[in-house]
Amino acid sequence: MDFKTIVKPFILGNFLFTDDASAVADDSSLIRGGIVDSTGILELIEFLEATCGIRIDAEEMVPGNFDSIDTISAFLQRKTTA
Amino acid sequence: MSALGHDVLDMDLEAEADRIAARLRAVTARELHRRGLVVAVSGGIDSSCCAALAVRALGPERVFALILPERDSAEDSAARARLLVEHLGIRSETKDIAPALAAIGCYEQRDAAVRRALPAYGEGWRFKIAIDGGSEGRINIFRLLAEAPDGSRHERTLGLADYLQIVAATNFKQRLRKALEYFHADRLNYAVVGTPNRLEYDQGFFVKNGDGAADVKPIAHLYKSQVYAMARHLGLPARLCDAVPTTDTYSLSQGQDEFYFALGYREMDLALWALEHGRDAVELGHALGIEPARAAAIYADIENKRRTTRYLHAPPVLMGEPDQACTA
Repeated sequence: MDFKTIVKPFILGNFLFTDDASAVADDSSLIRGGIVDSTGILELIEFLEATCGIRIDAEEMVPGNFDSIDTISAFLQRKTTA
Repeated sequence: MSALGHDVLDMDLEAEADRIAARLRAVTARELHRRGLVVAVSGGIDSSCCAALAVRALGPERVFALILPERDSAEDSAARARLLVEHLGIRSETKDIAPALAAIGCYEQRDAAVRRALPAYGEGWRFKIAIDGGSEGRINIFRLLAEAPDGSRHERTLGLADYLQIVAATNFKQRLRKALEYFHADRLNYAVVGTPNRLEYDQGFFVKNGDGAADVKPIAHLYKSQVYAMARHLGLPARLCDAVPTTDTYSLSQGQDEFYFALGYREMDLALWALEHGRDAVELGHALGIEPARAAAIYADIENKRRTTRYLHAPPVLMGEPDQACTA
């Protein structure tokens, strides 16, 4: 499954109030780019748990897993195929 | 470069007290055009130090103190605040803000959110919130720690909505206090003193339009260790200088480091100083006796909190340039 089809629309709609896919590149740092702050990451995690039917453990809540649309999608891929 | 240790925070306290007092006097008279200063005193070291500096700047007759306890204030807090007022010889008023907080839904909204996370929570329970993760390199999450009337302890991870509602409700406390401070400032034609220290100011540990609002902030540049040293230098009573810093916001006793800072204040002071002075994580780790990776995570947590709370410092964002005559 391509998780970008879930993650990207949420990032665009919830944090940037747009559906313009060019507003954020898939490999852009969401944290350093000022798009998502720490509260935003918690929102994202709750969204992913509710949407993907997964439970994200505290040890997995590291910035590296949630830094960009690419890393979030890769994390979900690993998580769901493990 | 000298070895990193707590002595980097040593300062000439008499010279600094003089400098702050002179600046406070000039700002109050020439920039704020007010006749005195209002300080809400909690019984904690920061507001005590601010009140003492205000007295040094303007004399006791031009300083007015407010003691504003509520339902969850520690009993000793107001007693220490009264001790300060007597020691400084300043006028004061004590107002229990619990009824007003109850009337605007502070406790009801807060408890509803706590009960969503912990349905058994009710009369006689006490709780606090702890922050967890950031100083270990993870994303910060929030935990609810509660104690039942029978002494049993309960812990839950808070969902974001419940955490936000608890914080929003408890923020009523700081905002209501500030409303009262400005009432008395307006009544007396005084200015309002804000009491954050450098850790709180830098890391955004304050409530916007609550304790973050003020006309002047005399100790926002001083590390917490320096505030303690200044309070002792100013001759404040030992009972004030020896008090352990707490948030005094939640019913269960809580240190500030549990709720917000990654470390106790002495270690946190050193970490913030070291980061600001370009010392690397290896050196900080050595000074604190922790692994370099943990020190690096603490640096990252400090920078993350700066980013996350930047908006708390910001004035309202305008959509165009105002005329120079109306820049308020």
